[in-house]
Amino acid sequence: MRRGRVPSLITILGLLVGAAAALPLAYLVVRATEIGWSRSFEIATSERAVRLLVDTSVLALAVTAMSVAIAVPLAWLTVRTDLPGRRVWVVLTTLPLAIPTYVGGYTFVSALGPKGLVQGWLEPLGVERLPEIYGFRGAWLVLTLFSYPYVLLPVRAAMRRLDPSIEEASRTLGRGRLATFVRVVLPQLRPSIAAGALLVALYALSDFGAVSLLRFDSFTRVIFVQYRASFDLSIVSVYGLMLVALTIVVLVFEQRTRGREEFHRLHGSGARRAAAVQLSSWRWVALAACTLLVLVALVLPMSIIGYWLVRGIRAEEPLRLTTDLVLASVKASGLGALVTAVAAWPVAALSVRGSGFVPRLVERLSWSGYALPGVVVALSLVFFGIRVVTPLYQTMWMLVFAYAVLFLPQAVGAIRSSMLQVTPSLEEASRLLGAGPFATFRRVTLPLVRPGVMAGAALVFLTCMKELPATLLLAPTGYSTLATQVYNATVEGFFARAAAPALALIVLSALPMALLVLRETERQDVDTEEPEPTQAESSAGAAVPLDQTVI
Amino acid sequence: MVRRWKLLAAMLAMFALIAAGCGDDSGDSDDNDDAAPTTLPGADDDPADDEIPDETLVVYSGRSEELVGPLLEQFTADTGIAVEVRYGDTAQMASLILTEGDNSPADVYYGQDAGALGALSNAGRLAELDQGILDLVPEGLRSPDGTWVGTSGRARVVVYNTEALTEADLPASILDFTDPKWSGRMGWAPTNGSFQAFVTALRLVEGEDGARAWLEGIMANDPVTYDNNIAIVEAVAAGEVEVGFVNHYYLQRFLAEDPDFTAANYFFPSDDPGGLVNVAGAGIVDTSDDAELATNLIEYLLSYEAQMYFSGETFEIPLVADVDPAEGVPSLADINVPDIDLGAIDDLEGTLALLTDVGAL
Repeated sequence: MRRGRVPSLITILGLLVGAAAALPLAYLVVRATEIGWSRSFEIATSERAVRLLVDTSVLALAVTAMSVAIAVPLAWLTVRTDLPGRRVWVVLTTLPLAIPTYVGGYTFVSALGPKGLVQGWLEPLGVERLPEIYGFRGAWLVLTLFSYPYVLLPVRAAMRRLDPSIEEASRTLGRGRLATFVRVVLPQLRPSIAAGALLVALYALSDFGAVSLLRFDSFTRVIFVQYRASFDLSIVSVYGLMLVALTIVVLVFEQRTRGREEFHRLHGSGARRAAAVQLSSWRWVALAACTLLVLVALVLPMSIIGYWLVRGIRAEEPLRLTTDLVLASVKASGLGALVTAVAAWPVAALSVRGSGFVPRLVERLSWSGYALPGVVVALSLVFFGIRVVTPLYQTMWMLVFAYAVLFLPQAVGAIRSSMLQVTPSLEEASRLLGAGPFATFRRVTLPLVRPGVMAGAALVFLTCMKELPATLLLAPTGYSTLATQVYNATVEGFFARAAAPALALIVLSALPMALLVLRETERQDVDTEEPEPTQAESSAGAAVPLDQTVI
Repeated sequence: MVRRWKLLAAMLAMFALIAAGCGDDSGDSDDNDDAAPTTLPGADDDPADDEIPDETLVVYSGRSEELVGPLLEQFTADTGIAVEVRYGDTAQMASLILTEGDNSPADVYYGQDAGALGALSNAGRLAELDQGILDLVPEGLRSPDGTWVGTSGRARVVVYNTEALTEADLPASILDFTDPKWSGRMGWAPTNGSFQAFVTALRLVEGEDGARAWLEGIMANDPVTYDNNIAIVEAVAAGEVEVGFVNHYYLQRFLAEDPDFTAANYFFPSDDPGGLVNVAGAGIVDTSDDAELATNLIEYLLSYEAQMYFSGETFEIPLVADVDPAEGVPSLADINVPDIDLGAIDDLEGTLALLTDVGAL
């Protein structure tokens, strides 16, 4: 590693991206100082704020822990065992990510509410009411079910590139299967678990859909209530800054957990694939668990939307789904994904190859938009946009910029993990052989990192498709997307009219992700048939599978 | 790699086609294209000029497109005045104007809560309206300083489950719901703007102590908290709770989708604070450069056609004389509107403090 010798162009670009990402943070600080530091301090240390801090942290922790508890065994089942229909499960268990929490949360309440649909089925059995799902338990369940894939994707990727010979050594030396998993496999998975857990934890801090529908008082919900009533961002900004502080704590913790991560040294380019573990009769237990998960996280929400769609069609309600809407959504999210991936490059490069104050600062700044409620970020960009870049205000570019500020970390994470696998010696070899820095970038670095860039872009695309507050506030006036259409219909209770755009939204945002994951499993299956990768493949670095690099 | 992306493109195209096939094609595909510049702005021309010609009215609507979209389209059809609408939440669209400051592109603000209109007015962001327009609407349902006017009425009611209760079981005043017999049977939405407007009115009518006593009495009866009015109406019909405090028109929407919906509205028989009539209303943004066109729109919202639209489509109460409300909705004259000036219920912060203090928030 050439730690410390960072090209200055990358540093400058990284700082620019970091500064852009820190705009919402700067805005909050300005607003908070408007009411004075002592008043801000008073608000931050009030009993209510402290309770919020504790409740919100507990929720984020619980969601993260549960997500890890679901994702790690699931990754193992789908990568390392002979689970029947692995490829199907790989795709199905990733897809809940495409369901926005404001849709998923609603379907949960209507199905599992005390007098919801499920209670209706159980009524003949004498079930009068289902237990309350509102409050902590409901928010925990819904947030976990729609965000655990953030952990699943990187863990599955990491598990696929583990070198089985280390585990075999452990088994030969007398450790059992479980002990080997805990003592040998888990430590190697730690960086990928940490990376996914970080996305889940910060997502749980900033999400509004689930906590409002399931009535759990988190920071985000209180920020909304407060700001609706007072039209004043000063108290809200104190809460926002507390959220950012919480984020910094989480980030520092995550960076400790990362530890040393020089993956390109950990394994040779031609790592063998581990033999599939025979599940034998445990197969049925595993199948039942996967089925249950997919039923709850995917089939249930989709069925409720389908139920409303059928009801709407029967009642001859307008479907509210047009080509224009689909194109508008795809265009905004596509541009968002593209710009975010480009902006993420210098941040990822700095974080992988640089060391010291600047790279760490840039990486942390890049997270500040992600952990803040979307509406706070959007309003701060309104303030900035209309005053500083007036001609861009309420154009598509302003919206795309907002998407980049909001979702930068998703792309940084994906690009970062694939950069970690690029041995600097490859680039050095290219330079030695006479290629200039740009030729080296184009012909060596870019092809190696491309899978990570595409995976990151797919993830950002999916998240942009669901995004609501920034789209409502910053899109060009009159620009409707599938998400705003769902909002327009549900906010006034026209659920049947929301069903078609909601379904389209989920299918469209899931498509790129499903294709990426599917492509990877195809490669895996081919690999299993050809245990010895050809020399050409390994040396070209083509053995870095796509899905490994998601996040 | 390339093949895969081609496949993806093909699938997207196919999906778009399917969507076009089953959706009601709007036919005006130009709208979106105009709004989204395809070239980098600043390259050769100013996109703001491109998108919004001078004769276009920009409306920030806190009312959903589902509710008022067809009406605003009809306005353009009738008057030839082009309208660009930004749809969103009532409070968010108001703060958008406040955050934008003097550069705000908005000409008209159209929201569905007198409190949000009052906040904009208090911040000096609404221009004065013509007296002729103001006079169309009864006093108390428009701004006291003439900066906004109510366009349709939204009555607070008690929605009840028709399988569990009849109208005779319900008390004469909302104040009586503090009776312990209602324990565990009520639903409410303390985070909801309309509910908070009602509490502000209650503070004016019953005084701070009276409002606090009522809230504490309700809290003692373990009300089930919901996120919004729609959730309450659904929960009441499902029997999760027996009664709920909501706005009147949600029920009509559910009845339109499902005639067997097991809930009904109860209007208080006397002029009770529980029967507060809030409004959706509009005002002209002070920085508008199209005040004349904006005035046309607000006049239109109070025209016979628009008032008929509110009556028939959104099930709200028409505010202009000679327009009848929908079946099942009382007219302004038939309900006992409590004597509360909506312009005076702008102290939402005080209400929020009270709700927080009694533990409702």
